[in-house]
Amino acid sequence: MIVRIMGEGQTEIAPSDLDVLNALDGELEAAIEAGDEETFRSRLHDLLDKVRHVGRALPDDSLEPSELILPPADASMEEVREMLGDEGLIPG
Amino acid sequence: MSVMKRLSLIFRSKANNALDKMEDPRETLDYSYQRQLELLQKVRRGVADVATSRKRVELQINQIEAQSRKLEEQGRKALGVGREDLAREALTRRSSLQTQIADLRVQHDNLQGEEEKLTTASHRLQAKVDSFRTRKETIKATYTAAEAQTRINEAFSGISEEMGDVGLAIQRAEDKTASMQARAGAIDELLASGALDDFSGQRGDDIQAELDRMGGGHDVELEIARMKAELGQGSAPKSAIESGAPQPQQQPQQSPQTQQYRQPGEGL
Repeated sequence: MIVRIMGEGQTEIAPSDLDVLNALDGELEAAIEAGDEETFRSRLHDLLDKVRHVGRALPDDSLEPSELILPPADASMEEVREMLGDEGLIPG
Repeated sequence: MSVMKRLSLIFRSKANNALDKMEDPRETLDYSYQRQLELLQKVRRGVADVATSRKRVELQINQIEAQSRKLEEQGRKALGVGREDLAREALTRRSSLQTQIADLRVQHDNLQGEEEKLTTASHRLQAKVDSFRTRKETIKATYTAAEAQTRINEAFSGISEEMGDVGLAIQRAEDKTASMQARAGAIDELLASGALDDFSGQRGDDIQAELDRMGGGHDVELEIARMKAELGQGSAPKSAIESGAPQPQQQPQQSPQTQQYRQPGEGL
């Protein structure tokens, strides 16, 4: 399964690693819903660190669409909210 | 639905919307390739803009550091002539400049981080654009609607996602750089007007003026000593000899080279 960390590129992860990523993702979502910036930041970094740790980077010239996409490491909670909103931050 | 899945859906729907607008897939490929080249240009311009901002902040740090060193020197000089009040004033002003320098260093590091990120994004996008171009030409050369559609969708989704990612990176860098540019412009004006010397809200460089005034007194003493030496009433000041000043025709005989005056900084 291919995961993109925005601003960093794509990595391939094994299906067996998906459960732990989903758990962290759930905690990230809860932090956004609770409006807790500090927890959001810590969960986002946990999630990104995990993906970087278990993933294998795809070559720059690969043209694979990602199944999962994660916000950039320095994104604020407000930015992520906007990305997920109707308007969206993502150009194109 | 989770954050990861929702984000990927947003990217995918954008790619699908773009694909749906095109009737002929070959047209889609060409149009998409043009947009990729435009985005690459934009990213390169973005890297250049951020680099320019970074250099500007570097220049400002250097200028303010020079002023800070000057104030430190003035403080030392003022202490040397027994003016602790002046020295205190100089060091107070230097302290506010140090705060400015610390702020600018944070900005500099942020800009450097943005520059590195954009440079990486630019390389990644360049590699993907090259890859897309190759695949696009292959698909077009062997085009039959049925077999090509899937390959077009795959290639297009891959590049479209990358473009979205890089597009957001450039947008964020532009936003961050814009606010820093405004601040840098304000500091430029302060530097140009000389007001940056004066964070304590007092006028001009009065510390230097005071030191100059006191130094002026020394110059008068030196001049008198020199004139006395020329007239044979005393020894020439050492500094005049060392500086290669014209020596009088008649030197006083066997005059010892002892100093009859105080050097600047010895106190009054």
